[in-house]
Amino acid sequence: MQNWSALTRRDAMKAALLGSVALAAGNTGAARAADKLKAAWVYVGPVGDFGYSYQHDQGRIAVEKALGDKVATTFVENVPEGPDAERAIERLARDGNQIIFTTSFGFMDPTLKVAKKFPKVKFCHATGYKRADNVSTYSARFYEGRYVIGQIAGKMTKSNVVGYIVSFPIPEVVSGINAFMLGAQSVNPNVKVKIVWVNSWYDPGKEADAAKVLIGQGADIMVQHTDSTAPLQVAQEKGILGFGQSSDMAKFAPKAQITAITDDWDGYYVDQVKEMLAGTWKSTDTWDGMAKGMVVLPPIVNVPDDVKAMAEKTIAGIKDGSIKPFGGKITKQDGSVVENLDDGAILSMNWYVKGIDDKLPG
Amino acid sequence: MTIDASALQAVLLTIVTASTPLLLAALGELVTERAGVLNLGVEGMMVMGAVAGFAVALTTGNPYLGVVAAALAGAALAAPFGFLTLNLVANQVATGLALTLLGLGLSGLIGEAFVGQPGVRLAKLHIPGLSDLPFVGPLLFGQDLLVYLSIALAVAVWRFLFASRAGLVLRAVGDNHASAHALGYSVVRVRWAAVLFGGALAGLGGGYLSLAYTPQWIENMTAGRGWIALALVVFSSWRPGRLVIGAYLFGAVTILGFFVQGLGVGVPAQLLSALPYLVTVVALVAISRRRGRGDAAPACLGKSFVPDR
Repeated sequence: MQNWSALTRRDAMKAALLGSVALAAGNTGAARAADKLKAAWVYVGPVGDFGYSYQHDQGRIAVEKALGDKVATTFVENVPEGPDAERAIERLARDGNQIIFTTSFGFMDPTLKVAKKFPKVKFCHATGYKRADNVSTYSARFYEGRYVIGQIAGKMTKSNVVGYIVSFPIPEVVSGINAFMLGAQSVNPNVKVKIVWVNSWYDPGKEADAAKVLIGQGADIMVQHTDSTAPLQVAQEKGILGFGQSSDMAKFAPKAQITAITDDWDGYYVDQVKEMLAGTWKSTDTWDGMAKGMVVLPPIVNVPDDVKAMAEKTIAGIKDGSIKPFGGKITKQDGSVVENLDDGAILSMNWYVKGIDDKLPG
Repeated sequence: MTIDASALQAVLLTIVTASTPLLLAALGELVTERAGVLNLGVEGMMVMGAVAGFAVALTTGNPYLGVVAAALAGAALAAPFGFLTLNLVANQVATGLALTLLGLGLSGLIGEAFVGQPGVRLAKLHIPGLSDLPFVGPLLFGQDLLVYLSIALAVAVWRFLFASRAGLVLRAVGDNHASAHALGYSVVRVRWAAVLFGGALAGLGGGYLSLAYTPQWIENMTAGRGWIALALVVFSSWRPGRLVIGAYLFGAVTILGFFVQGLGVGVPAQLLSALPYLVTVVALVAISRRRGRGDAAPACLGKSFVPDR
């Protein structure tokens, strides 16, 4: 009889890792038809999250619809950020995919590493800032939407306390908080934002806990930069209002959701794959917002007409360029003043605007 | 900074809901491991409980049927583990890990139709008079059934293990299966019972997530709680009392971390999110050291048993 207890915990961890990667890679063997262009997507969460990853997968489906049998798509979901992602991405490259979309910030270095090994394969990495000859980056100006919901929140809050649940202190999230605060301050100078970092993009239980605690502390508007629908559902349960993240979460909390910041990647993905087919693909840096339809706010509900009209006016202003969330003079938390931030400054933002109580982690 | 009663109450209520699923799943694993079986599939059994509980509650409209279904689903997923490791003497570590992967995949498949459906919430108890007491009423007398069940089960497991003959047999099987076998006890049968019990409780823990914690179904909604439950069992040195302390401590420090962040007093968020693990491990290790003796792992934990005659 063999003594199995001799297996160490490290072996168990290794087995678990190998297992999960093998399982993730198992999804990829879908289409093997020749002369079709093979495109692959890597998601950080499940496609069924009805949030961030779901929205990317809608873009993949749009590619299939638009280009039909010229393209064969596959995806890998639930890929952990960090070094493990490298194996999943490399597997897709080995499988003969010609273009690979890696859709989360934490896939940045793994994408670059695999791209070096497979110079003929093209990569597009979402929300990052490192590029190469065969690596493009793309992101949406989420902060534009956050400025709008900040204005709505500033008008709608009675306690002047907004609860804001966040994942990780990366520039995308920080600029979102700042844009939200600037929007809120533009209509209500007394508004306060309580920030809770849950250190996860997707943990419904933790997000719900954070929401409950924030509401207990007096928040009457719930904002999230995490991907599950839990905070909004808690908001509905407690009878307060909130905003969806990444996709329209209205059906989970019809009485609580005012609007949501949704990403629409359809156009970008279809364009990239079309350029692959035409042989004109080049490494680019794409950063579009409301004007190009990459950031979309679903119809605004659960608020009075004047608030809705104000928000729609702001949306129109952002679209035509007359309103810039980070335009004009901005006072930082430390009291220094900056002016008319350019894209580089927004993409690397690591400071808070004045009026935010939280201290930025890291 | 001011902390008013309603904020404190919200925190305490949230601590209870955050701790209950961990306690339920860990209690089941504690009994399984006391019988000498290491089942690393807690996460998989939990998530199966979550999807089954949600599906049954939604289709029947009765959350209590959902609770039953969650326990059954957890036990049902534990059954192949029992067959493979106890009857076919497969490696427990590998089989347990496979069980987690199976549970996560299978639950996603089963749950596909239920994603995005509004769930049925397990009602909070209401005892006229008591539940209406200010502050303590909702806290002590206004929780849902599973919260009370988890505490009652902890007491029952403790009595069973240390004050009943059957519990003694179970511990004997876990500590020295050869002797237990020589005395005429069926090691495999006892372990089967422990594995199914562990599965049922893990299922209940998962069911708590989808029926009371966040009444909805989303893929992978256990988000690693099964692994935390596994660790709690080890750090409680296989003692139900310490397990209760550990589970509530973990829940409490997690929630207090959010609370402190909300106050905006400038404690680094990364430290706060690491604290539950640190505090729980340190506290439980400290308790174990102080009490000393006889608290080690069941001697036959993870070892397969083949009757030699």
